[in-house]
Amino acid sequence: MTRISLTVDGARVSDDVEPRMLLVQYLRERLGKTGTVIGCDTSNCGACTVHLNGTSVKSCNVLAVQADGAEVTTIEGLATDGQLHPVQEAFRECHGLQCGFCTPGMIMQSVDLLNTNPKPTEEEIRLGLEGNLCRCTGYHNIVRAVQQASGQGAPA
Amino acid sequence: MSTTQERPTDTVEREIGRDRRRKEDQRLITGRTRWTDNINLPGMLHLAMVRSPFAHARIVSIDTSAAKEATNVVDVLTGADLGEALGVNINAWPITPDQVTPTHSPMPSDRVAFAGEIVAVVVARSAAEARDAAELVDVEYDELPAALDLKRAAADEILAHPDLGTNKSAYWVFDSGEAGTGGSVEDAIAKARTDGIVIEREYRQQRLIPAFMEPRSTVVDPTGEQITMWSATQIPHILRFALAATTGVPESKIRVIAPDVGGGFGGKLQTTPEEWITWAVARRLGKPAKYTETRSESLMSGHHGRDQWQKLTLAAEKDGTVTGFKVDLLADLGAYVSLVGGGVPVLGAFMFNSIYKFPAYRFAVQTVLTNKTWTDAYRGAGRPEATYAIERMMDELAAELGVDPLEIREKNWIKHEEFPFTTVAGLEYDSGNYEAATARAKEMLGYDELRAEQRRRRESGDRVQLGIGVSTFTEMCGLAPSRVLGSLDYGAGGWEHASVRMLATGKVEVVTGASAHGQGHETAFSQIVADRLGVAFEDVEVLHGDTQVAPKGLDTYGSRSLVVGGEALVRAADKVIEKAKPIAAHLLEASVDDLEFSGGRFSVRGTDQGMGIGEVALATFAAHNLPDGVEASIDADATFDPEAFNFPHGTHLCAMEVDTETGALTMRKYVCCDDIGNIINPLIVSGQVHGGLVQGIAQALWEEAVYDDAGTLVSGSFVDYLLPTAADTISFEIDHTTSPATTNTLGTKGVGEAGTIASTPAVVNAVVDAVRHLGVNDIQMPCTPERVWRAINGPGAGGSTTEAAMPHFEEGAGA
Repeated sequence: MTRISLTVDGARVSDDVEPRMLLVQYLRERLGKTGTVIGCDTSNCGACTVHLNGTSVKSCNVLAVQADGAEVTTIEGLATDGQLHPVQEAFRECHGLQCGFCTPGMIMQSVDLLNTNPKPTEEEIRLGLEGNLCRCTGYHNIVRAVQQASGQGAPA
Repeated sequence: MSTTQERPTDTVEREIGRDRRRKEDQRLITGRTRWTDNINLPGMLHLAMVRSPFAHARIVSIDTSAAKEATNVVDVLTGADLGEALGVNINAWPITPDQVTPTHSPMPSDRVAFAGEIVAVVVARSAAEARDAAELVDVEYDELPAALDLKRAAADEILAHPDLGTNKSAYWVFDSGEAGTGGSVEDAIAKARTDGIVIEREYRQQRLIPAFMEPRSTVVDPTGEQITMWSATQIPHILRFALAATTGVPESKIRVIAPDVGGGFGGKLQTTPEEWITWAVARRLGKPAKYTETRSESLMSGHHGRDQWQKLTLAAEKDGTVTGFKVDLLADLGAYVSLVGGGVPVLGAFMFNSIYKFPAYRFAVQTVLTNKTWTDAYRGAGRPEATYAIERMMDELAAELGVDPLEIREKNWIKHEEFPFTTVAGLEYDSGNYEAATARAKEMLGYDELRAEQRRRRESGDRVQLGIGVSTFTEMCGLAPSRVLGSLDYGAGGWEHASVRMLATGKVEVVTGASAHGQGHETAFSQIVADRLGVAFEDVEVLHGDTQVAPKGLDTYGSRSLVVGGEALVRAADKVIEKAKPIAAHLLEASVDDLEFSGGRFSVRGTDQGMGIGEVALATFAAHNLPDGVEASIDADATFDPEAFNFPHGTHLCAMEVDTETGALTMRKYVCCDDIGNIINPLIVSGQVHGGLVQGIAQALWEEAVYDDAGTLVSGSFVDYLLPTAADTISFEIDHTTSPATTNTLGTKGVGEAGTIASTPAVVNAVVDAVRHLGVNDIQMPCTPERVWRAINGPGAGGSTTEAAMPHFEEGAGA
C-alpha cells in the first residue's frame, strides 16, 4: 500500500492504495466518483477521460499513485457554482449525447481540446476527439456541440 | 385554484414537433448517473468468470482449490455446484416446430461450445480479488473439433453439438405461390432465363458486434421479500419473466431494474448466462452480488449480429420490370439459439421485396449451429440484411441494363397513389411516397452534377474515381402485432402498456413499459402527454425501467417504443380526460354533454366557465365533492396492441471516392431523406438518424467479428474491432418527407433503426459504382482498402478476412 494525497474536484483526499490501482478505479471505488466510467480495457474508448493538472488523460491509463500530489477534475467537478461549463451546455443544446455513457469522457476531452485550440476547424475537432468512442450519435452532433462551445455557431 | 400551468392551444406552441432539449441530459452531462456498475450494497460480493479458451471442448476436470485459498475469496462455484438453481437461458422464438435447440446452461459442467463460455465463477470481496483468483482455477479440457465456417457447418462436416446429430437448427420458408400472395418464383425465373434477365449473386453479411459503450453489468440483492436484479438490459420485463420461468422463483418475488443503461442496439435484448449466474450466486450465498464484464468479455460473450450468406436470384423482363425474387439464406446462430435466435432472419423475410411490386417471391433460411458466440438482434435485426440484398441486386439489374439505378427502382416501386398496398410478402404498407423522398434526396446530393463529375473522371482515367450509391429502403418496425407474432410462433405478444397518474400537486406521472437506454423517451413521451392533456412539458415525469414502478411492459427494441408505447400513452391520457370529465361537469354544475376539453381545460360551451385538468386532479385527490358513484381517481392505464407493423422509408444517397491505386476510400457526401411520418422531436430524430447511419456505414467499411482457425475471436478488443471514431466519419445532410402512418393516432413511424438499415447498401453500392467500369461487380464487406484493391486488380470480391487472420498458433511451434 502506498499513501497518496491529491485534490479531486476541489476536495483534498488522502488514501492508502495498492500500487496497481488505476486512477479510474480509485475515483470510482474509493471516492464514489461514479460519473467517470470504464468502457474498455485497452484505453481505446476514452470514456474514463479526466483532467490531471489541467490536461486530459484516460484515467484507466494512469495509476492512482501517479496522481499523488496532483489536481484531478472529473465530469462531476466541471460545473462551477451550479453553472454548467459551456461545453456541457453545448452538448445538451446540440443533442451531442444519447445514452450518455461516453459523455463524461467526451466532454472532458472536448474541454481540453478547446483549451489548446479555442477555434478548431471541423477536421481539428474530429481529430481531437479521435481517442473517444461513441456508439450512439455518429459524432455529428458532438462535433456541432464543440463548434458551438467554441463560439463558432453550429451548422445543422 | 389551479395547480397546473394551463396551456390554451391558441397561445402556446404545441409540444409535438418541437426540438425540445432532452430532460435526460442534465444528469448525464454532470456525471449524476446510475449505471448498474455504480451500485454498491453493504456486504456486496464481486464475481469474476472463468471462461473457456477453446471453441469446443469436453471439460475433464475443474480444480478450484487454489482459487478458494486466495485472499478474500468467498467461494468458487461450477455448474455442477449450482445444479438446477442455475436455470437455463431460453429461446423465445422457435421458428419451426421441429427446430433443433441445444439446451443452454448458463455454466455447463460437461462441455463448452464456444470460446468465452463460462465454466466457473469466483466470488470475492472485491472485483480485483475475484479476477486474481479466477487465474488460479485450473480447468482441464479435452479439445474437440469445432464447427466454425458457416457453410461447412451447414454441411454437418463437424458437429457443434455432437449429441444433436446435426448443425441444422431450423429451415423456414415463405413462398408467395404457396401463401397465395403472389406467383411462383420458379416459373418467373424459368421464363426470365429464356426471354428476360436473371441476376444471380451471393452476398456475405459479416458477423458484427453491437459494441454498446456501457459494458454489461448485473447486481442481484437477495435480501428483502423481493429479490432485486439491476441489470444493464433493454428488457427488464422479459428478463423478469424469464427468471421466473427458469429458476423457480415466483414472478411476484422478482424485481428487475434497468437503471441508466448505456446503449443497447439489440445487444442488451438478451437474457444472459452472466445474469443467471449472478442470480444463482446471490441466492445461494444470501448476499448481494455484482458482476461487471470487461470489454473483452463483452465482445467475446455478448451476442453478435448478422452473419449470413445470401444466395439471391432476381428475375426480370428485358425492360427491367422485376418478375420474381428468390432468397436462400444461411444464418449462423452461433453455439446456442439465443432469445430471438432464428427469429432475426425471419424478421427479414418480409422485407426482401422492400418497396417494390414483385409478382413472385420466395424466402428460405437455414439456421445453423456453430462453435462461435451466439448471435441475436443487432440494430435492424434481419431488415438490414434484407435491404442490403435487394438494394445491391437492384443496382446489379440497373448495371445489366445500363440504366441509372434510380430509374430501375422507380420502374418497380409502389407509386404513392397505390397506398395502401399489400406486398408479395403479405404485408399491407399503409403510407409512403418514394417519389417525393427520392426527389428530395437527389436535390440534396446534387445527383446530376455528381453523375457528370463521375463521367468526367471515368473519361479522363482519373486515379480517384467517384461512385454514387443508392438505397431506397423501407422497413417494418413497431414490433409487433401480437396475433402476427403468434402466427410466427414467437413466445410472447407485442403490445405495450402505459399509465398516466394525475398527482394532487399538478404534476403528471407517466409510466411506460418501454425501457429507454439512450432514446430520449423521457423527453419525447413528455411532449406527447403535455399536448394530449394540455399540461406543461416540465410537469410531466416519465417513469420506466423498474418492474415495481412500471409493472407491465414489453420493453424497447425493434423501433417500437414510440409507435407502440407512445400510442399506449395517448390512449391512457385520453382515458384520463374521459374520467375527469364527469367530475369537472359536477364541479362546474354543468352537463357532461356541454363540456369540451381543449388546452388542458374543461369549458362549458357557450359560457366563460371552465376548470383546468389540474384542478380536477386536486379535487379528485381531496374527494370531498365527487359525483355519486364516481371513483376517486382520474388515473388511467392503457395497453395498446398494434394491428399492423409500421413502414418508414427513405432514399439514401452516398458519394464515395475510391483511389484506384491504393484502394483507399473517402466518403465525400452522404444525404438522406427519410419518411418517418409525423415527428415528435426533430432533434432526437436527427440523433437517431446520424447514429444509425454510422453503424450501417461501419458495417460497409470497417467492422467485422473475426475468428481464427481455432475459433478464437481475434477482434476481441477495441484495438481489433474497428469501431469508427469522429476522425473516420463525416457530417451528414438529413431531411424528411412526411406521409403520416395510418395505424397509430400520432401518425408516427419508427426511426431507431432506419439509418442502419438504409446506409450499408448505399455505401457499398457507391464503392462498386466507382469501380464497376474496371470490371468489379461486388466487394465483400467490410470494404477494406485491401479488398477494394484486390477487386480492382483481380477476380472476386476481395477475399475473406477470416483467412487473412494470423493463425492462432504457428504450425509446429512448440511451447
